[in-house]
Amino acid sequence: MLSGAEWEIIRLSLKVSVVAILLTLPLAYGLAWVLARRSFPGRVLLDAMVHLPLVLPPVVTGWLLLLLFGNSGPIGGWMAENLGIGFVFRWTGAALAAAIMALPLMVRAIRLSIEAVDRRLVGAARTLGASRLRAFYTITLPLSLPGIAAGTMLGFARSLGEFGATITFASNIPGETRTLPLAIYSALQVPGTDLAVARLAIVSIVLSLVALILSEWLVRRSALGQAEGTRLHAF
Amino acid sequence: MPSDLAFDIDCRLRVGDGTRDYQIKSGAVLTSLVGPSGVGKTSLLNCIAGLARAQSGYATVAGQRLFDTSAGQYLPPEARGAGYVFQDARLFPHLRVSANLAYGSKRKQHIGEPHPINPQAIMALLGIDHLLDRWPATLSGGEIRRVAIGRALFARPSFLLLDEPLVSLDQARADEMAGLIADLRDELRLPILHVSHDRAEVERLAGEVIEIA
Repeated sequence: MLSGAEWEIIRLSLKVSVVAILLTLPLAYGLAWVLARRSFPGRVLLDAMVHLPLVLPPVVTGWLLLLLFGNSGPIGGWMAENLGIGFVFRWTGAALAAAIMALPLMVRAIRLSIEAVDRRLVGAARTLGASRLRAFYTITLPLSLPGIAAGTMLGFARSLGEFGATITFASNIPGETRTLPLAIYSALQVPGTDLAVARLAIVSIVLSLVALILSEWLVRRSALGQAEGTRLHAF
Repeated sequence: MPSDLAFDIDCRLRVGDGTRDYQIKSGAVLTSLVGPSGVGKTSLLNCIAGLARAQSGYATVAGQRLFDTSAGQYLPPEARGAGYVFQDARLFPHLRVSANLAYGSKRKQHIGEPHPINPQAIMALLGIDHLLDRWPATLSGGEIRRVAIGRALFARPSFLLLDEPLVSLDQARADEMAGLIADLRDELRLPILHVSHDRAEVERLAGEVIEIA
């Protein structure tokens, strides 16, 4: 049904998105926790920075990534020299762009679920002998699991659709950075490829729908869980 | 600085917009603090449990200094050995009753004398042995409170803090709970600090009564 080249595009897209999300998840959770539970000078600024990719034109985000993570950028240069990791024209660059674009969505979803965890439960755990750390991973972490799941799915869907920052930062190289949206865009540049475009578009729609339905389902489940929690506290 | 007193507390807390002083010196097993809502009874319990800080003063419970602002001494809540039974119970909603009960049994040794407990006897006393596989959301108000008391006791505390244990229970359940607290008082010999706004409840439990106006 799909050609080998098309399967290759799907495989690359999934690889880029999965790597982007898995690497971003711990960072997103940490940021969400800090924003939900700590107040410190610069909190508003941090919040704004996290949300920036959501409001900036993606091309600008891509350009900023190029400045920072390009081969002569301060971070990119250091990483290429010391870790041997390059981003420009590489699938790693596509993954980085996807990660940055997905981050705000993930932080938002996770933050909401951390804020919904009753802090008094954490206090109760402490009086029962739990250290801060144990109270975190036995109470806060499991109770915010629905937000983690929902944020992961949303971020994954966002990564799959990432276009502007990716093409600006990592370029459009077949087999390396040409993910689904870039492949569709490239096909559109060539006359007489309507069928190829339609096939790739249908694949995109199916993948995004699956991610969206999964995330809706998870959010609903977490809303249900919170309702039960409320009933519990009110007796 | 060993003291015969079960509760020896002299501290100042921030309550609402102002501050309030509390002096509690009691040698009784069961000490009841009674006073209208808003006088900071729960704030005082939070402070003894380590969930809030006093502005100044000290608290010594069962011979153990919990905090002393003049000496810069402050034990974190997990080291205090408080068996705190919250007014709103605060059972962990994602854990079954059995896991709620077991939560505190993993605690490291705390500073006080851990009270020897017999889990079977406590479950029988509280009447919760048939609830072990249930989720907190499926329990009734009385059951929730009994499980909360069990959870506090299973952590082998060196003293108990009971915040309005009879409130929002119907008459029959409240009678049952009062009997239960009397049993705890007589059988465990564990210092208990009990707060309530209800004089009748306090008199029924027949401990030492300290009034907070």
